[in-house]
This record gives sequence, C-alpha cells and structure tokens, in this order.
Amino acid sequence: MEHTSGVTADALAEARFFVGMPDASLAALATTAEDVDVPAGHRFFDEGGSAQRFWLLRSGRVALDLQVPGRGAVVVETLPASAVLGWSWLFSPHRWRFGAVALEPVKAVQFDGPGVRELCAADPRLGHDLTLRFAAVMLDRLEATRVRMLDLYAHPEDVR
Amino acid sequence: MTSQMARQVTPQGSPMAPVPYRVTRSRAETADTVTLTLEPVAAAIPEPAPGQFTMMYAFGVGEVPISVSRTGPVLEQTVRAVGAVTRAVCGTRPGQVLGLRGPFGTGWELDSARGRDLVIAAGGIGLAPLRPVVLRALADRDAFGRIAVLIGVRTPDDLLFTGELDEWRARGAQVEVTADRPAPGWTGHVGLITSLAGAADVDPARAVAFVCGPEVMMRVTAEAFIGLGTPAADVRLSLERNMRCGLGWCGHCQLGPLLICRDGPVVPYERAVPLMTVREL
Repeated sequence: MEHTSGVTADALAEARFFVGMPDASLAALATTAEDVDVPAGHRFFDEGGSAQRFWLLRSGRVALDLQVPGRGAVVVETLPASAVLGWSWLFSPHRWRFGAVALEPVKAVQFDGPGVRELCAADPRLGHDLTLRFAAVMLDRLEATRVRMLDLYAHPEDVR
Repeated sequence: MTSQMARQVTPQGSPMAPVPYRVTRSRAETADTVTLTLEPVAAAIPEPAPGQFTMMYAFGVGEVPISVSRTGPVLEQTVRAVGAVTRAVCGTRPGQVLGLRGPFGTGWELDSARGRDLVIAAGGIGLAPLRPVVLRALADRDAFGRIAVLIGVRTPDDLLFTGELDEWRARGAQVEVTADRPAPGWTGHVGLITSLAGAADVDPARAVAFVCGPEVMMRVTAEAFIGLGTPAADVRLSLERNMRCGLGWCGHCQLGPLLICRDGPVVPYERAVPLMTVREL
C-alpha cells in the first residue's frame, strides 16, 4: 500500500458519504485520514483480524469475502467506488467479520479508527452524526441482503 | 372503434387474430431463455416501440405476452421458458411459424429523454424490454448525455445478450453487471443492483431512469436512484400482470385503476409505486 498524502476537509466534503457534515467535523476527521493507493490483490483485512481502520473508496472495487471450508474465499459482495469499506472498527470488539481484497487498483481515503473513536468520544455531536451515516450504509446493505435472499430472479419452478 | 383500437387492428382485420410470423433464427441466451428473430409470413404488425409487447401465439398451445427485445427492421423477442406456452415458444425452430398480435401497451418514450443522461437498470429477464432502448439510444448517441446500463442477474450464467455488451461499451455506454450468486472465476460485481446505483457515471439530477425486473427489484432500484437525486418524475418502470387480450377488454391485467396491457407496461414510478405496495392488488 502506498500512502500518498494527507487529506483536506474540502476533499472529504466532495464525498457523498460526508454530504452535509459541518466543516469543523470534516476538519477533525481529516486529521485522521490519508490518501492511499493499493494494487489489485491487496488484502485490506482478514476475517477475525483487529479492525482499526476504515476506507472511503475513490476508485476501483473491493470484494468482501468469507472463508468457506472446501470453497475457499467466497465473495459475498463487491463495493464500488464511492462506497465505504469497514464498520467493525466502530463496534466492540473491533474484529473484522469478513475479509476484504482489492479486485483492481484502488484509490481510497484511509481513516484511523482509534483516532476517529477518540474524536467521537470528545465530540458527541460528531459521534452521533458519524454513527447515523454508518447506520445508513448498514441499512442499505441490510436491505440489499434481504432482497437478495428473496432470490427474485430464480426460475418460478425453483421457488414454489 | 376508438383511434387507439384502430391502430391495433391487424392486417387480418381483427385485433384478436394472430398474424403469422416465421422464426428465422433461434438463439439460446441462457439455459431457459431464447431470443427469436421473426419475419412476417405476409403482412406485418405495426413496428413496436421500445417497451411494447406482443401476444405470441404457439398454435395449438396458447398465447402469452412477450416483450419486444429488438425493434425496427429486425424484430426479436426474448422468451423465458416458465410454463407450457413459453416452453412451446422457446422450442420453436427456424422455419416454424408463430402468431403475433399487437404491438400493445405503452413504450419507454425514449424521445422524451433526449438531451438527458440515461440510466437503464435491468433485473434478470428485464433486460429484454430494455434492450431496444439501449440500441436506439446508441444508434442516436449524440442525442443523449451519458448512458449507464446496470444489470442484475442471479448468476453469471443468467446474463442475456452477452455477445453485445462489449459492443454497447464500445459505442459509449457504461455497462455494469452484478450477480447475486457469483460463480468461481467471476470477476464482476457481486450484490444487489442497487449497489451499482452510485457507480453509474451519470448526473443523477439530470438523468432519466428506465427500470425493468421483478417488482421488488424495481422498487428498491428506483428508490436508490431517487435517493441519489434523480427526480421521481423521471423514473419509469415496466410492470407485468396477466395480460390476455392486450386491448384492455378482459380485465385480467388490472392493477387498481390501471389495465397494464393498455396503460402499461411502462408506467411512471409515481403512478406505479402506490399500487405496487398494495397487498394482493
């Protein structure tokens, strides 16, 4: 992984995830962030590992996977550019529930999880705002997962 | 007879009389889906608009509503074998004859989107009625802004028109495919089609969205686009009900105040969504 530069509040403000966040909060978060470039095949994290970071993807795609005995790493979802990667850093016990690997070269903003947690503890308004933003991401992915469980595209004879 | 009915009268004179069409080509798209190329045996039905459907008659078996998947000089219809009639239609070989009635229903009205970005979102077989929109937009590429084609499939093996997607890309469309259940070796997206909404390279606020697929898929996909800023008034869905006559006579395809064969299948989101959420309607 190549760490390319620090990040400004203005750069964060351009991301859909941060739309509407106060400038002061963006400035605080920017102190914990840096731009990173990773090559295809780079593994961001493994299931069970310590979750201390999250990423805002600027370009490229990342696969979330799970090791299944006999099947290897099964991809459960891919995240496109503009998606947020990682929320286990926010919740105890701060362990990744899935693995994540770059499917192609990825540019991302990488955030330091413990640093963000400290900011949230010191500024509950920021903490509340950020938690709601992550909750919205989780809500979208939960809904998508539930809809996928419906197997909507299945042949009618297979779902009777 | 109303002017609308008059347009639907076939060369034989009755809108209920099927017009013979010969299958000139049968192309297997997937294990259960076939695209038939059709030419009239004698007189032709009027040229379907993108989004319209015909009633296809397998002689001696029955009749089913099928979306038009290519219109213009070449007529193609893409059929998934899910019952006795569609199995018979899918099994039709080149040289054999089917009956067509129509075309019926509302189209996508692509011309009303000229100058705008296009988001074309298809789930499963829903790509078939959207293919004419893609082909027509690409044939008149300068008339539109950016074009994004987002496709959701159950597995990579269920993807339709695989031989064309690279050509669509080469002609200026962003084409993204996501699978619910990836096969080993699949390098595309994995997940629900809504996960692609944010990756569409369009300006959501100036985009027109065309969505076709299972109803739940259409609802959540439309909501995703609207959440990104696409005006609800610029989202169109293609509904499906039990179309029989195609003329609004029999009422089998009623959805609340709509008769889908006549008032649909393409319906504005704002008109469709209140009906889609009514249980057992």
